[in-house]
Amino acid sequence: MEQAELVGAAREGDRQAFEELVRRTYVDTFTLACRLTGNQEDAGDVVQDTYLRAWRGIGRFRGEAQFSTWLYRITANAAATHVHKRYRHRTEPLDELNEPTELHPGAQPDVAAESAEMLDKLAAAVAGLPPKLRALVVLKDVYGLPHEEIAEELGITVAAAKVRLHRARRRLRDVLYEQGEEAHAV
Amino acid sequence: MRCEDVSPLMPALVDGPEVPNIAVQRHVETCLRCQAELARYRRMLRGLHDLRTRYVEPAPESLDETLAALAESSERNPVLSILSGRRLAYAGAIGVAAVLVARNRRKSLRLAG
Repeated sequence: MEQAELVGAAREGDRQAFEELVRRTYVDTFTLACRLTGNQEDAGDVVQDTYLRAWRGIGRFRGEAQFSTWLYRITANAAATHVHKRYRHRTEPLDELNEPTELHPGAQPDVAAESAEMLDKLAAAVAGLPPKLRALVVLKDVYGLPHEEIAEELGITVAAAKVRLHRARRRLRDVLYEQGEEAHAV
Repeated sequence: MRCEDVSPLMPALVDGPEVPNIAVQRHVETCLRCQAELARYRRMLRGLHDLRTRYVEPAPESLDETLAALAESSERNPVLSILSGRRLAYAGAIGVAAVLVARNRRKSLRLAG
């Protein structure tokens, strides 16, 4: 069955159709959740929350955007909520929290070894960003969501989204190019 | 215009300037150091874009756990589950229509009385 048909059936309340959508989009959603949270354990919780929210809200999905983009937005919102809850009782400002975690990418046979090494460094640098900055760079520079949508899901202004993105890019640039690896970092 | 003035603008410049700044553009066009810096940002953005299709494989049991949570949620909230999706919208519309009809009927009775 085509994805559009599955979405239509799920909107009518067909849980099996929705479960098939979950199976088809799971790795993609999990990857985004990993990039947003910086680790696989939190990503598992975020993905579960994402699909529960998606199931409850599928009736509101009008099909103007792609289903995957709609899911990205829910994932972004669920990840922001998760990160906020997790660090609520800590004293450090959320901007400064750092949780670099090694992400283990799946096998990509079409990626050359040198390119894979470069992407590993970049992925590790992204995972090492503070959560609020990481969210911006992942949603904008990796997944290509517009500032307006990102700002809406994160509950911030468009101007704040842009400022955070530029701060995130600056930090990534510093991590990648100020370790004596200028020629090979990316 | 000096490199130090342009450097903080680089993370935004890499997208292309929203409002063209002639002084900044002229400096970058003639400054090899700033051109190299801009090239670093461009390479970084290309790499970030490539991460999009570099999937992270979830643990094998992860999908099953999510599907189980979904089933459990539906069992816990059977009414919500039945009313999920478009059905909820239909139910809502019927509810609103019923309230409006009742309100109009009350108004008619008051006028008649």
